[in-house]
Amino acid sequence: MFKKILGGLLAFGALALGIFLLIAWESSIDPINTANPGAFSDEQIRRGEVLAGLGNCETCHTTDANKPFAGGRAMPTPFGTLYSTNITPDPKTGIGQWSESAFSRAMREGVSRSGSHLFPAFPYTHFTKLPDDDISDLYAYLMSRQAIQAEPPENTLEFPFNIRLLLAGWKLLFFDEGRYETVSSKSDEWNRGAYIAEGPGHCSACHTPRNALGAEDTGKAWEGAIINNWYAPALNASNPTPAGWTETEAYQYLRNGGSPFHGVAVGSMADVVHDGLKRAPDSDLKALAVWLSDLAQAPGEQQASERSASAIRTVQNTQNPSTVMDEGERLFTYACAACHYNEPETPNTLRPDMALNSAISAPTPVNLIRVTLNGVSLKEGIAEAMMPGFGEALSDRQIASLLAYLRATHTDQPAWANLEQQVRDQRP
Amino acid sequence: MATEFELNGQPVTVDIENDTPLLWALRDDLDLTGTKYGCGIGMCGACTVLVNGRATRSCITPVAAVSGATITTIEGLHPDGQHPLQKAWIETQTPQCGYCQSGQIMQAAAMLKDFPNPTDEQINNAMGGNLCRCMAYVRIRKAIKMAAKEMNTSGNTAQETGAAANE
Repeated sequence: MFKKILGGLLAFGALALGIFLLIAWESSIDPINTANPGAFSDEQIRRGEVLAGLGNCETCHTTDANKPFAGGRAMPTPFGTLYSTNITPDPKTGIGQWSESAFSRAMREGVSRSGSHLFPAFPYTHFTKLPDDDISDLYAYLMSRQAIQAEPPENTLEFPFNIRLLLAGWKLLFFDEGRYETVSSKSDEWNRGAYIAEGPGHCSACHTPRNALGAEDTGKAWEGAIINNWYAPALNASNPTPAGWTETEAYQYLRNGGSPFHGVAVGSMADVVHDGLKRAPDSDLKALAVWLSDLAQAPGEQQASERSASAIRTVQNTQNPSTVMDEGERLFTYACAACHYNEPETPNTLRPDMALNSAISAPTPVNLIRVTLNGVSLKEGIAEAMMPGFGEALSDRQIASLLAYLRATHTDQPAWANLEQQVRDQRP
Repeated sequence: MATEFELNGQPVTVDIENDTPLLWALRDDLDLTGTKYGCGIGMCGACTVLVNGRATRSCITPVAAVSGATITTIEGLHPDGQHPLQKAWIETQTPQCGYCQSGQIMQAAAMLKDFPNPTDEQINNAMGGNLCRCMAYVRIRKAIKMAAKEMNTSGNTAQETGAAANE
């Protein structure tokens, strides 16, 4: 009897393993002689460049600005460190031997030319939405880049996460292959924006929290998440900034790297704007803005202006010059207000107003701490302005006082916990 | 590391540590001593210069951070020291000891781009980070308003003057 049960279990196990291997197994696609860049039209390459910009391929696939797309960038994950691959047409270390069908399979199914499964740090969960034309254009663009011989470092994932075959199981759970489907109830512009955001732009890869197995938690879509030690704010209606993401706001932010009612793009988002989206036409950024303001359930432009003015006025009216200032308020007056003060009706993107700023109303202070410590470089934010860091000038306690003051007086959000310790943790 | 930027209309290169404050690059390496050292922690405004036309505390700005930028110091605000603010400063006899004044003037020059007809409240807020131990604040405010008036009536706007010094 016991032997029969055991035998049955073994047989079942072998069958399950066989089925899994059948699903998991992917064949190799034959190598090609490196594609001839002359085979692609200039127009196709130009369209591919826009797509690569919308997806900001370059930032993740580049470590040395003189070697674009040569890979090697470290991506720390809870499971170990991954290194981005070389996607230049180098035949040995890049994708020079990849046919367009191999490229398409990698983009839309997450399988490399050799047949091994790709880790979802490469967002094929989004790129699967690209139609054939866009895949062809992107292939044309990448295959016409300069071939650079560069082998990225070996990944250092822990067992069992280093077994690529197991990714087939991950895909069964979390990967829906398929092209973008037009939402017929929405405008063409909205659909273009939604396609960019969900497809090449892979916005939710940062703006949606991930579950224990590293997949986007669809139940918490667009609720904001920590990524690369930056907080990517909520993009849906739960975003707590006073004015909301109207179309005008979203377009200005995506085009220039800053907007009057939200502040400026720093960290990874600065790369997205200044390395990636700069290649995209206005029409694409306007489409993204249409889609985003719908997702965020933004108020009308006029109402957003009124909310913004009201938020600034409320802060200014509560300041009483006759009272003795606490440490945080004193620091803000001497160190910050010269650049951050605005008239309520005319907040200036060059003077990011703290009553409106995304970092002040966020659930975590990490963005505000990092900007206070390290400043905003000329490459981040908007082109005209920089902010020096105060990390050398102020102690952990002083920065904590400043941030606690701002949080308490400039938002209606609950206080941040353990601020001083959090400041200390963010020091280099 | 060498850092290149534009200083008062001229391209310059300094070969110093990246984290050297811009203030020391200006004073020690480029011999422009009009910009003053006050507190060294961005709290007093004496070291204020314009980076791409915006007031910036040079004591806490690493020199590498302004690579490729356009810097204007008090020496470059006007070729003959005749910026409306400088003229108003003299006419109102604003400075007493004078240590903070280059920072005050640079901060005011930047402020007038954002607030071309400044109210007392705007001046108090935008100039609040520039301290004056001689308590010349009343004259500073008066001089700023005098300069604003000249800039607005002569058509010689703050934007144009600042840009001329920058570009």
